[in-house]
Amino acid sequence: MSATQFKSPVVRWIDHRLPVFSMLHHTAHDYPTPKNLNYMWNFGSLAGLSLAIMIVTGIVLAMSYTAHVDYAFDSVERIMRDVNHGWMIRYIHMNTASFFFIVVYLHMFRGLYYGSYKAPRELLWMLGVVIFLLMMATAFMGYVLPWGQMSFWGATVITNLFSAIPYVGESIVTLLWGGFSVDNATLNRFFSLHYLMPFIIAGVVVLHIVALHRFGSNNPIGIDTKGPQDTISFHPYYTIKDVFGIAVFLLLLAMAVFFFPNAMGHPDNYIPADALQTPAHIVPEWYFLPFYAILRAVPDKLGGVLLMFGAIAVLFVLPWLDRSPVRSARFRPLFRIFFWLFFVNAIALGYLGGKPAEGIYVILSRVATAWYFLHFLAILPLLSMFETTKPLPKSISEPVLGSSGRTA
Amino acid sequence: MANSDTNKNSAKGDVQEPGRRDFIVVATYAMAGVGAAAVAWPLIDQLNPAADTLALANIEVDISKIAVGQSITVKWRGKPVFIRHRTADEIARANDTNLDDLRDPEVDTARAEKPEYLVLVGVCTHLGCVPLGQKTGEVRGDYDGWFCPCHGSHYDTSGRIRKGPAPTNLEVPPYSFLSDSVVRVG
Ligand code: HEM
Ligand code: FES
Repeated sequence: MSATQFKSPVVRWIDHRLPVFSMLHHTAHDYPTPKNLNYMWNFGSLAGLSLAIMIVTGIVLAMSYTAHVDYAFDSVERIMRDVNHGWMIRYIHMNTASFFFIVVYLHMFRGLYYGSYKAPRELLWMLGVVIFLLMMATAFMGYVLPWGQMSFWGATVITNLFSAIPYVGESIVTLLWGGFSVDNATLNRFFSLHYLMPFIIAGVVVLHIVALHRFGSNNPIGIDTKGPQDTISFHPYYTIKDVFGIAVFLLLLAMAVFFFPNAMGHPDNYIPADALQTPAHIVPEWYFLPFYAILRAVPDKLGGVLLMFGAIAVLFVLPWLDRSPVRSARFRPLFRIFFWLFFVNAIALGYLGGKPAEGIYVILSRVATAWYFLHFLAILPLLSMFETTKPLPKSISEPVLGSSGRTA
Repeated sequence: MANSDTNKNSAKGDVQEPGRRDFIVVATYAMAGVGAAAVAWPLIDQLNPAADTLALANIEVDISKIAVGQSITVKWRGKPVFIRHRTADEIARANDTNLDDLRDPEVDTARAEKPEYLVLVGVCTHLGCVPLGQKTGEVRGDYDGWFCPCHGSHYDTSGRIRKGPAPTNLEVPPYSFLSDSVVRVG
């Protein structure tokens, strides 16, 4: 693209020397996008917005937060009561974290349903899983910072996961803590890392977008675009659609922030941390619950930890487990059924993770955990071999404009 | 058929009459601008002093122990406040000063509620150093008030700027006497 197409001479002068405007223009303006994207394709931009909101509110919170066991809880209370608009900024940070996970989970289910992880988008998908892992680490460490009871005991339980590693487990946990229990050293390093990681996520998001733009977005029918008749320019068509999605998202976020700010949190975290007393029922944040359920389903310490990490590891190799050449579930009748079973199963795991680990809940957790892994390790490979798929349209335009695919 | 005709017409209409489309675009940007400003405000305002900082904004000081000719320095809002029990001579000199000689003309009676006690923010109005003259033996400048060592500002016995780069007199904080022996600053 030539720099001359910018109207402003200043922009042209800069762009000739530093082509940032051409790059932006290429990325968000005339980037050709499949014309049949549905609303499931809104969640990428919403995830980006969430990340931006988290970084901005987080930097502001850090201005009034004190990372010390004696002051952390009080400094957060001071933010809530004394700092101008502090309560709002904190509630935005808290609730956007939850919304971020909702958005990313939907984004991932979108990918699962429409086969967006398949060739040539394997790396794009894997970078997504990396982002997901980094998000979980960031959220976990962020939750420790207010130094309430859930902060402290959540940190204790999660860091103790590493003690399951044979031989070196105990030493690793001591290393993570910087002491012999979760204490001031732990809090300080968690704050340092919690500040750092969102910027690493932002870096991986850039890679994610570069990989996306290599082949462009997948689409609801999962076939490649065949030329200009199948695409429209990103701007204004998808920018305006993304803006609409953002408006709805912000409306829901504002509702949570202003009317139900603590609905997705746990009341025990408003009790200052006490190293001598564990709350009766300790649960992680809701977005970790499915994985927490998997952890508890296994009656063996090391086994539980391995299976929990395995549940994420399996996502990395998904492109090689599902070998079916057809991407979209629309043309895979059996896959579609199993997709929805997987979806319900995942929700069930989340529900079970929040229940006490006893009686029927343990049994159900085991069934659901087994199903989770069966889906990836047995059902998907088998479906790729035996499923009869429906005939694919010849192009994206065909189902809309009739078999000739002519333009009107 | 009829449908596509109407579409064509309206499309043509848009081309001929760009005013409406422009209006929508401008209105959209304006709304986004208002929204951005509304979001920016709390993020900026949080930098202002918090409620607890403001709550600490006044202090009570016992002045009964300050002998004539002595000063004390107390901390108010993180800054030094000078409270000086002036001698009769100092008060007289402050009052006898010709206002035309002053860079920032102010009568002494407007600066001290009770002439014996002068209450000042001990921050040089040039670039914020703390002037000397509180402790016995410190240089007090050409006018026997305070002297700022940073760039050489001289203040008189009423804390008024007389010589040097500072533009205005030492600030008098809001204060009131709660009794003969207690003054509240702030
Ligand atoms: C910080 C988190 C994330 C951000 C900001 C982000 C951003 C985006 C954006 C802007 C797009 C293009 C719009 C769209 O297709 O919706 C996209 C596409 C994609 N993302 Fe993400 N993403 C994030 C996390 C993830 C995760 C966790 C995964 C999966 C594990 C993932 C997998 C994908 C895939 C496969 C695509 C291409 C989808 C397609 O074209 O069908 N992303 N991402
Ligand atoms: S700061 Fe006092 S003279 Fe410059």
